Amino acid sequence: MNSLAFAVLACLTLGAALAAAVLPRLVHAALAFAAAFVGVAVFYFSLGAEFVGLAQIFVYVGAVAVLIVFTILLTRRAGERAEGVNWSGAAIAVVVFGALLWAIMRTPAMNIPAPAGPTLTVRQIGEALMSDYVWPLQCVGLLLTSALIGALVLVLEEKR
Amino acid sequence: MTEFLDQIFVLAKGRLLAQLAGAPPWLGQIVSSLLNIIALLAVFLSLFALMSLFERKILARIQNRIGPNRVGPFGLLQPAADGIKMLIKEDIVPLRADKVVHFLAPILMAATAILALGIIPYGRNMTPFAIDGGILFFFAIGSTTELSVFMAGWGSNNKFSMLGAMRAIAQMISYELPLILTVLPVVMVVGSLRPDAIVAAQGHYSLGVFPHWFVFTPWGAAAFALFFVAGLVESNRTPFDVPEGESEIVAGHMTEYSGFKYATFFLAEYFGMFAISGLAVTLFLGGWHAPFRYLEVVPSYLWFFGKLGVLLFIFIWIRGTLPRTRVDQVMSFAWKFMLPMAFACFVAAALWHFAGRGWLGSLYSLGMVAVVYFALNYFLETGRRFAPRTYRYAE
Repeated sequence: MNSLAFAVLACLTLGAALAAAVLPRLVHAALAFAAAFVGVAVFYFSLGAEFVGLAQIFVYVGAVAVLIVFTILLTRRAGERAEGVNWSGAAIAVVVFGALLWAIMRTPAMNIPAPAGPTLTVRQIGEALMSDYVWPLQCVGLLLTSALIGALVLVLEEKR
Repeated sequence: MTEFLDQIFVLAKGRLLAQLAGAPPWLGQIVSSLLNIIALLAVFLSLFALMSLFERKILARIQNRIGPNRVGPFGLLQPAADGIKMLIKEDIVPLRADKVVHFLAPILMAATAILALGIIPYGRNMTPFAIDGGILFFFAIGSTTELSVFMAGWGSNNKFSMLGAMRAIAQMISYELPLILTVLPVVMVVGSLRPDAIVAAQGHYSLGVFPHWFVFTPWGAAAFALFFVAGLVESNRTPFDVPEGESEIVAGHMTEYSGFKYATFFLAEYFGMFAISGLAVTLFLGGWHAPFRYLEVVPSYLWFFGKLGVLLFIFIWIRGTLPRTRVDQVMSFAWKFMLPMAFACFVAAALWHFAGRGWLGSLYSLGMVAVVYFALNYFLETGRRFAPRTYRYAE
């Protein structure tokens, strides 16, 4: 992968992520968050993982970002003003980041060179999901369905 | 000769790229992409201009008027006059608006609409952006439109804008489901997400006169009808233009836009319509294939744009004929009728495949679609709810 393109993409993605963390208005932060998702998707593209990149845009920008935005709209806003730095939050973030960094640096996967073979096609991914990974897939489906029904039950009780 | 005419644009591009033979490969790649983008923009911007004129002309004929006929012969220069008018209008940004978001919304919307156009095969060897998951790309890009609609509604800081954006997003999310589910049978039968493979799978003829387009199978016809309705909703066209509803909420999320920004929204809406129609042609109407084998002497791109033109005409026709639906009607239609029908198409396509893709399979899938259709009619009590109303007036 072209290192210049990587540097530009990394800066843009990190900038968007940082903006999502520090912007005072929630809607701006949500939009910056969506931009960061797109940046991650572009990384997947540049690594040849086309399907993962498209799924990233589809799920995160198309669904999760819209969900966040809706949540912001439908909940009451307590006067949007800058509330100073949230120190405990920052401390937790630093700890999580440090733990992740430590774990990633220790994995042997860092030293494996990228396979030069042909990139995965959507067909291969589909076949893998329907054969080797069919039980995890079904479990995720079940989980999502139960979440959906749970949401409906909550709404129905409110109406009554 | 026919082959030359068919491939004339591909050959021209090859000739242009041959000038760069000595240059590094990355330069050739960039120039090739740029040529694709320029061709795409040139074609669809002119189509946009033509469409805006023809729409007004056809609507005028439907309403027994003449329509624009003052600028140029038959009013053909009307789009140019409209464009100049839009460009020199004052661009008003509300004082309390969120300036950046307000500015970015139309740009994002137009960009996503143009990107979606890139994966459609316009002719033999004429796909501007050929990737393995083309259909998925189309819907992934399409799903970001919701975000730009929200940005427009929020950034304007206006209650009508916000209401319009909420309506638009609710409607788009609801109809994205049937839209994608009706594409699923085609993807399943072809076994590929690549638009070129889907077009190639429809390129056979029985006896040289019956094309194997998916719209001619029972499940394909049902899926095409559902896809077209969902496409109408996704492009916010009448009868599903509740997000803009002029008589209710001024112009929805576009209320606070004027001048060229408004024109950009307009353009994005039309590009979205072209993209949905182009995808419908690719998925169900055989893409660039001719309807009869001996008509294949006509260049493939002419067939594509011919089919696209027919679909666009139907879009205009519907706009001129049907009144607007109510918000709650649109939503309940999506969840109670479109979704079960889309699943029925899915199962019907599977039946068709496993019964050998022949007459028997067609019969089975027709039965499946019909059973679900009539069952829905029975359970939703359409006979009672959509019967002609009788009005009683005070005397």
